[in-house]
Amino acid sequence: MRYVDEFRDAELGRALAGEILAAVEPGRHYKLMEVCGGHTHSIYKYGIDDLLPGNVELVHGPGCPVCVIPMGRVDDGIAIAHEPGVIFTCFGDMLRIPGSDGSLQDARAQGADVRMVYSPLDALRIAKANPDRDVVFFAIGFETTAPSTALTLKRAKAEGVGNFLVMSNHVTIVPPLRALLDSPDLRLDGFIGPGHVSTVVGARPFEFIPARYGKPIVVAGFEPLDVLQAVRMILAQLAEGRCEVENQYTRVVPYEGNRRALEVLAEVFVLRPHFEWRGMGFISQSGLALSDAYADFDAELRYSVPGVRVADPKACQCGEVLKGVIKPWECKVFGTACTPERPIGTCMVSSEGACAAYYNFGRFARERAVV
Amino acid sequence: MNRVSSSGPRKLGPPADVTSREQKILGIIETARAKRAKFRDAQVTMAHGAGGKATQSLIEGLLAPAFGMAELADAAVVDGGFALTTDSFVVKPLRFPGGSIGELAVNGTVNDLAMAGARPLALTLSLILEEGLPADELKAEVAAIAAAAEAADVRIVGGDTKVVERGHADGMYVCTTGLGRVDERARLSPAALRPGDRILLSGRVGDHGTAIMLARGEFELGATIESDTRSLWPAVDALLDAAGPQLRCLRDATRGGAASVLNELARSSNVAMVVRERDVPVHPAVAGAAELLGIDPMYVANEGKLVAFVAPEAADAALAALRAATGGEDAAEIGEVRTEPPGMVLVETAFGGRRVMDQLVGDPLPRIC
Repeated sequence: MRYVDEFRDAELGRALAGEILAAVEPGRHYKLMEVCGGHTHSIYKYGIDDLLPGNVELVHGPGCPVCVIPMGRVDDGIAIAHEPGVIFTCFGDMLRIPGSDGSLQDARAQGADVRMVYSPLDALRIAKANPDRDVVFFAIGFETTAPSTALTLKRAKAEGVGNFLVMSNHVTIVPPLRALLDSPDLRLDGFIGPGHVSTVVGARPFEFIPARYGKPIVVAGFEPLDVLQAVRMILAQLAEGRCEVENQYTRVVPYEGNRRALEVLAEVFVLRPHFEWRGMGFISQSGLALSDAYADFDAELRYSVPGVRVADPKACQCGEVLKGVIKPWECKVFGTACTPERPIGTCMVSSEGACAAYYNFGRFARERAVV
Repeated sequence: MNRVSSSGPRKLGPPADVTSREQKILGIIETARAKRAKFRDAQVTMAHGAGGKATQSLIEGLLAPAFGMAELADAAVVDGGFALTTDSFVVKPLRFPGGSIGELAVNGTVNDLAMAGARPLALTLSLILEEGLPADELKAEVAAIAAAAEAADVRIVGGDTKVVERGHADGMYVCTTGLGRVDERARLSPAALRPGDRILLSGRVGDHGTAIMLARGEFELGATIESDTRSLWPAVDALLDAAGPQLRCLRDATRGGAASVLNELARSSNVAMVVRERDVPVHPAVAGAAELLGIDPMYVANEGKLVAFVAPEAADAALAALRAATGGEDAAEIGEVRTEPPGMVLVETAFGGRRVMDQLVGDPLPRIC
């Protein structure tokens, strides 16, 4: 595949790995967080960990939009899905995410009309094809996916598709990062910045990370060479005593972001006062609701939802795992009450979550280190 | 994957009791993992049909214990050297590039027999038809069944028909039961796997599942990919000729793809498997579609691909025989059986790293990011 294979070249990868090895200070332990679930996926898919020296540790951050949806929101979605006449649509990987009493997949088995879509436009198409039924799109994701929801809403409004509704769970990237950085027990040396979000918001919004918190951040792409290069750039900053926002992903990310996408977001969405994150609690100004101009399309206004906050189980320590304070196995419920089949916290939900990865590959990971 | 407990300099090394706590937790996980899967769900979901962990819980947790079945395979070998198997086909749409439900119904069952080393002899056919199914579509499928049976050199010797109300059965469901005779050259068993055995794949993976996904029209992708549905008996015949008793075990990589087959055998035979990603043959269009959808072709269904485990000394001859068989032109050796870590399938990625090729948890759902 052109424009793809070039960024997966094993030989270049080995060369970069050699440069990284040369750049680490012996005896120093580096903890770098990749913020975005897409990076976690690449690290896992290509085995990038294997190419890094043992003292460079990658910590998986809160940037998996599916994993951070709290149980209460899933419950609300399921309640809407069970409303008579509703066709409930969502992205595929949302189907499995557990609410307090089952997932959307379970709701479908119980008779709710839950359909997987690949884009909000698919949901709009379903709405046009079923004018006598309400079609609800369960919107999730950071500023990456929010513009496509916004454009779909604009189109629905322009075409007068009154039976198309959105339940917005869109979130913004900066507040959770700030919440992480504000925690006194944080143990991170630097960040691999989210590439796809940055195509929309740009790299500038991350300037507070080096400026206020003294941590370097490198916005990076998602191919294995991108990730390795970002690691090398962070290590170079640390070695040279620099601390700044760097953009590794210049082929896609403009430093100032995508102005048109940001304008559409500002038109269609407003910031919620606060929004709940699984494992991280409420974070102020971190969620997007539909603006007044789009109130007619807001599923939360059309349907009354339980809106009950379902507390993360007390024993769940996802927050500490995310911050790198504890290892997955140090969590009280890890491997006993919390397993990939019956996850409690965000880190166990997605196969790329820190806990799920450790649950599945723990013993193997150690054997590899001995080799 | 988080390199949590792994190497790293131990300058902040954990005290000994912490390490032993980690060991204890890993022990608990491994015990839980080794236990027979339980069927504890409140209801059946689509995940129970996807070929992953939920399917496993249904089969190992409910069906096998109810019928006292110890070993699970594609076909059962019964007294007198016969192999018996049954399968249901519920594909939507009924026709797709490269095949149709009728062809699948014949080849799927023939292939289950072939995986037991059995030459297919006869099939029975059960049709569940939806009220309102156009006669032309029915005739087309009957013709497809007859043609596929002829191509596979197997007779349809009996059957049954039922009609259900409109709105059920997606046009038609087809069930076939197959009888075959176990070939004298065959000594196939999952228990025969040995460390060092080579893993052969009879061709490109993911064609069928991708063809179906594209035929459903959900993606608006222009590529034409054809299903690989075919009888695998000729390939098995060639393998038995080339390797005889050194052919250890065969599986057809249908639902859940080649990855599920490898996982199932790694678990049941308590061995490890290592797959070299760069050696796995994938059609460029399938690779492209998988890339777009965030799906791994190793988990995508095939209807005419087998995975063969062969003793190392017979591997070259077996591979040559596969490549000479119809439909086996792209066959490849993709990895080998190892001892550690038992029950797991590892991948050496083309990029030079490693990862675990895990069992599917549910349907292979596209990722959003």
